[in-house]
Amino acid sequence: MTGRVVVIGVGNPFRRDDGAGPLVVEALRTRVPEGTVLTDSDGEPGRMLGSWRRQDAVVVVEVVHAHPGQPGRLHTLTAERAARCATRSASTHALGLGETFALAAALDRMPRELTVHAVEGEDFGIGRGLSTAVADALPELIHHVAEAVDEAHDRLRRAGAPADGRETA
Amino acid sequence: MSHRGARVLRLDALARVEGEAALHLAVRDGTVAEARLRIYEPPRFFEAFLVGRGHGEPPDITSRICGICPVAYQMTACQAIERACGVTVDGPLAGLRRLLYYGEWIESQTLHVHLLHAPDFFGHPSAVELAREQRGAVERGLRIKQAGNAIMEQLGGRAIHPINVRVGGFYRVPAPAELVPLAERLRRARDDALETVRWVAGFDFPDARYDGPFLAMRDPGRYAIDSGTPAVMAAGAGPDGATPVRALPVEEFERHVVERQVPHSTALVSELDGHHYLTGSLARYAVSGRWLHPSALDAAREAGLGDPATGAVCRNPFRSIIVRAVEVAHAVAEALRIIDAYEPPSRPQVAVPPRPATGCAATEAPRGLLYHRYAMAADGTLTLARIVPPTAQNQAAIEDDLRRQVQSRLDGPGEPPGDEELTALCERAVRNHDPCISCSAHFLDLTVERG
Repeated sequence: MTGRVVVIGVGNPFRRDDGAGPLVVEALRTRVPEGTVLTDSDGEPGRMLGSWRRQDAVVVVEVVHAHPGQPGRLHTLTAERAARCATRSASTHALGLGETFALAAALDRMPRELTVHAVEGEDFGIGRGLSTAVADALPELIHHVAEAVDEAHDRLRRAGAPADGRETA
Repeated sequence: MSHRGARVLRLDALARVEGEAALHLAVRDGTVAEARLRIYEPPRFFEAFLVGRGHGEPPDITSRICGICPVAYQMTACQAIERACGVTVDGPLAGLRRLLYYGEWIESQTLHVHLLHAPDFFGHPSAVELAREQRGAVERGLRIKQAGNAIMEQLGGRAIHPINVRVGGFYRVPAPAELVPLAERLRRARDDALETVRWVAGFDFPDARYDGPFLAMRDPGRYAIDSGTPAVMAAGAGPDGATPVRALPVEEFERHVVERQVPHSTALVSELDGHHYLTGSLARYAVSGRWLHPSALDAAREAGLGDPATGAVCRNPFRSIIVRAVEVAHAVAEALRIIDAYEPPSRPQVAVPPRPATGCAATEAPRGLLYHRYAMAADGTLTLARIVPPTAQNQAAIEDDLRRQVQSRLDGPGEPPGDEELTALCERAVRNHDPCISCSAHFLDLTVERG
């Protein structure tokens, strides 16, 4: 079975900057190729694991804390690196990305490829709306993620194409 | 440090608990002087900002209180509003509501059993280590959970905070063919759920018991979830067996269940006629166990819970994991029964015109009895909202359980426990009750402070 490109925006839109992940996913709806699976998540590992198959390429959009921090700074993390960060509570989600990825690995359910695009948040208070730093960084983050989605589609096409070059998707 | 000295344990955040809670435990001269569970809980704000809203809004607004049990809030809010307006929703619409509720039960109880609670019985810090050792069991848990998830998505419109529920019924009801894939998933989940009951029944359970009263919905002939009347099973100090059960009509709920503020918690603490009490799986099983689906009843018997048909009661909070697993088996079997008998209603909802009135209702959220009361003006504008969630009700009982378990360990033979052991014991004791503290951002910091 051919893999899909799955984009997951993790976060809570009612906790200020934490809502950046779902916002990016919303912005992508008109910008990504057909067949891209766009979804948001509260980070709960069971549901996260259920949102991809092993042959998929997964792009996670997340907000992180960093110490010392620079709100608005963008990070692109491999799954391994994200897992290491999250075990130090860098993620805003308790059973966070770290545990989700570790659980996926333990169950042999990691997707074919997985990258995390993150922005450093500043304000995780109650309410809607992003801090200026994160709002300013959002267009670039959306651009990065859209590019990552296109590249993932290219890789999947190449991987799925038989030797004579015809596409099977 | 000797257990004869004075010391203070403080857990600033509890792992594998839904949301944020902190624990403060003080031990002086070998006696537990204080056990305080600190909860940050938002429902109080909801009560305030529901006032002035329309009578059709509580299901959508209150479902936001919790990402794990939004359906419980929707169902209770709908029933309370409908009761105020003198409308009864029955037939296929009531069946669909219950099916959605079972979906949430399957998801929530399965999450707790496999990913949150089970690691304790293997001495693992998290589900990740459990998955390495018990991969098949964790995979099975995820499969069962996804069956619940599928019900939520199909009937609720999406997996988190469903949007298809409204006062009077649904916005859209499914055609029978749309439920066929759900039934297929549920049939697979039925075997998985029974296997999970066998799995948890084999765990080692420390001795512990909660002797206080139980509160659960009761509807003779049915393992009550969204029907019946609240009922209290009296405290039981003797051997495990049924004690007298008395009805507590929902209209009288607030006269018996009294909430008060305490300095250490943002949640109100509830007492039932002046005593702490327990709601949730153990209470439901004690009050309604005999009315489980036959397959769940058999599973309960085989799992060593005693025979619910003869009124067996389980008062050991550690064994609540077996009861939750049995409840999942029940929910899966009953969900299948609803789908098999489903005939679409003639309309997706019944009209619920407002009138100046007050209405209250209670249903069984996965973690226990949830109570709502609303008052509205002639045009449906809400003038009062009261919400009593299960975890706030259980807070005093959990503190009592903590005190007793720690005291029992301090009084027991062997080396006096170190802070690390006491911390682990307290965390386990809290997780036994699966408290749900609805809060979205949470951090895993753990601090032990010596006094």
